[in-house]
Amino acid sequence: MLLEIKNLHAAIDGKEILKGLSLKINKGEVHAIMGPNGSGKSTLSKILAGHPSYEVTKGEVIYEGANLLELEPDARAREGIFLAFQYPVEIPGVSNSQFLRLAYNEKMKHHGKEELDPLEFNDYLKEKAKIVEMSSEFFKRSVNEGFSGGEKKRNEILQMAVLEPKLAILDETDSGLDIDALRIVAEGVNKLRNSENAIILVTHYQRLLNYIEPDFVHVLADGKIVKEGGKELALELEAKGYDWVKAATI
Amino acid sequence: MSTATLEHLANREYKYGFVTDIESETIPKGLSEDTIRLISSKKNEPEWMLEFRLKAFRNWLKMTEPDNWANFDYPKIDFQNMSYYSAPKQKAKKQSLDEVDPELLKTFEKLGIPLSEQKMLANVAVDAVFDSVSVATTYKKKLKEAGVIFCSFSEAVEEYPELVQKYLGSVVPVNDNYYAALNSAVFSDGSFVFIPKGVRCPMELSTYFRINTQESGQFERTLIVAEERGYVAYNEGCTAPQFDTNQLHAAVVELIALDDAEIKYSTVQNWYAGDENGKGGIYNFVTKRGACRGKNSKISWTQVETGSAITWKYPSVILQGDNSIGEFYSVALTNNAQIADTGTKMIHLGKNTKSTIISKGISAGKSNNSYRGLVKVMPKAEGARNYTQCDSMLIGGKSEANTFPYIEVMNNSARVEHEATTSKISEEQLFYLQQRGISQEDAISLIINGFCKEVFRELPMEYAVEATKLLGMKLEGSVG
Repeated sequence: MLLEIKNLHAAIDGKEILKGLSLKINKGEVHAIMGPNGSGKSTLSKILAGHPSYEVTKGEVIYEGANLLELEPDARAREGIFLAFQYPVEIPGVSNSQFLRLAYNEKMKHHGKEELDPLEFNDYLKEKAKIVEMSSEFFKRSVNEGFSGGEKKRNEILQMAVLEPKLAILDETDSGLDIDALRIVAEGVNKLRNSENAIILVTHYQRLLNYIEPDFVHVLADGKIVKEGGKELALELEAKGYDWVKAATI
Repeated sequence: MSTATLEHLANREYKYGFVTDIESETIPKGLSEDTIRLISSKKNEPEWMLEFRLKAFRNWLKMTEPDNWANFDYPKIDFQNMSYYSAPKQKAKKQSLDEVDPELLKTFEKLGIPLSEQKMLANVAVDAVFDSVSVATTYKKKLKEAGVIFCSFSEAVEEYPELVQKYLGSVVPVNDNYYAALNSAVFSDGSFVFIPKGVRCPMELSTYFRINTQESGQFERTLIVAEERGYVAYNEGCTAPQFDTNQLHAAVVELIALDDAEIKYSTVQNWYAGDENGKGGIYNFVTKRGACRGKNSKISWTQVETGSAITWKYPSVILQGDNSIGEFYSVALTNNAQIADTGTKMIHLGKNTKSTIISKGISAGKSNNSYRGLVKVMPKAEGARNYTQCDSMLIGGKSEANTFPYIEVMNNSARVEHEATTSKISEEQLFYLQQRGISQEDAISLIINGFCKEVFRELPMEYAVEATKLLGMKLEGSVG
């Protein structure tokens, strides 16, 4: 098993958001986590990545057999956890390639593998950029600065391609994308999907799941998983709305 | 990140805080005409030099310490409780580096400035100033062949008196300001650079200032002259040991560029800043000014200010020659209880003169960081242009950043632009970078480096690398 979440409770600023969430993920699987606004979807993503503002009050998260919650966010990342942000952050004055090379080499160093010099990395990056149809013009630009919404999301997937995570969490990656950008992003994710990694798709809408087909769908409401099923559950949700799940659980 | 880790990182030691155990000759504390005569006689100075000093001293006595315009308070300096001359004991005249006290060579090596012939920095000539005197200058011969003079100030007074007399005090007059007057009276050593007509200095020049003695002030004097079509890039670095008393550093730097000449002056200042409560540290009260005397001349100041308890410094350019250019690129970082009030003055006199000011202030801890700058366009400066950009970055919730731009325009064809921004390193930026596997330390460095990019690219390569490391080190643990 790659990841096991057991009875997870978590709070931000003293307010409990997750109220006993459990989830198991194996390599090669794609899990969609759906739910209405405020159900705790993004909180789950941030907790897995180690955001300092969230506090785990109860429960466990086991990743590759070890306690994930003990690790700093950067250590988690080097162990293969990747979060594609809903709102990617701008880093003025730092070029995309400089940032990505640093991130890539940190991972390589951690795993005792050879680091790449700027020229080698540039070649590597060019290959990866094809996955999300990004031109090398983006490499020189400051990280996410002046990027359109779609470009930012493509840049997230580019980073995923570069870092080759074992567990990728895509937090509302489809939000704010027009149909072309959505297709590019989704196709990119599909190309990166393989038997050695797992993907968690956090999304409000079923639309993304037309492009990236999940193995499992979990519906989150009020900090707990209230319904689980295969990809057909997403369609049912789309048709009946979240009130249907909420009503069913009461 | 836990509080304990934060504190550990924040309290990392200043690595240049050691004291060299060397026999020094330090004159008794106190300041009077006799002190000045004593300094002058120790240096075997000619009569005109002594006269220059005395004139400055008499002016200084009539002046009062500036106090009410600055944005902070500091304890009164007791000028009688300080020694004005301290020199490591060594042979009167050094013919070669072999005669320099090995302790001194070791000290500079420890600071990363090797002076011995085998280890010298490739293609950078260094003048090393220890307390009040210059102890060694490298690559002298090679420079001489090119016609460039690069030596200690004392040597210049002896060997090239007519050049020194012609230019000394011509940009910063002896009565310019309180600390410049004091410097003119008691300065002990520094560097002298002369680039003759049509010469491009074949290597970068560098002076390294080191204060070692407690309760002594450092008053160095730098004079750089580039004649017609001359070019020189000059770098300055500074450190001091860690004492819990404050020390005064009041330098004067004068630059003169004649027709079509260019001087590029870079500083990485890392004087001891005092401890986290503000005890100890250097008062860095410096007057730096350049005169673009000739047409098409250019002077550019680049500074990275990271040390000192208080920094008061406004490297300026007087744009006299038509089409002359003045530039000021600055990164000033303050942490803990540090205070920096720094900026520039661009005085446009000639036609079509241009100036650019890029200032990046980073304030962490409970420090206070101000940009203070003057852009003045005189009536005859037809077509003058200035562009000013002041960016401040605040780290943590207790630091302060201020911008005080003064603009005086007396010619209506002038174009003056000013832009200012304030930002913070956000928790979200750090989390984003950490989520990609970058440590918090490296993440801060990366963000700061990005913020300072426009300034760092003006620095010589190795200084830029050093400056990046330095900023990262100074800021560790201050974000969280």
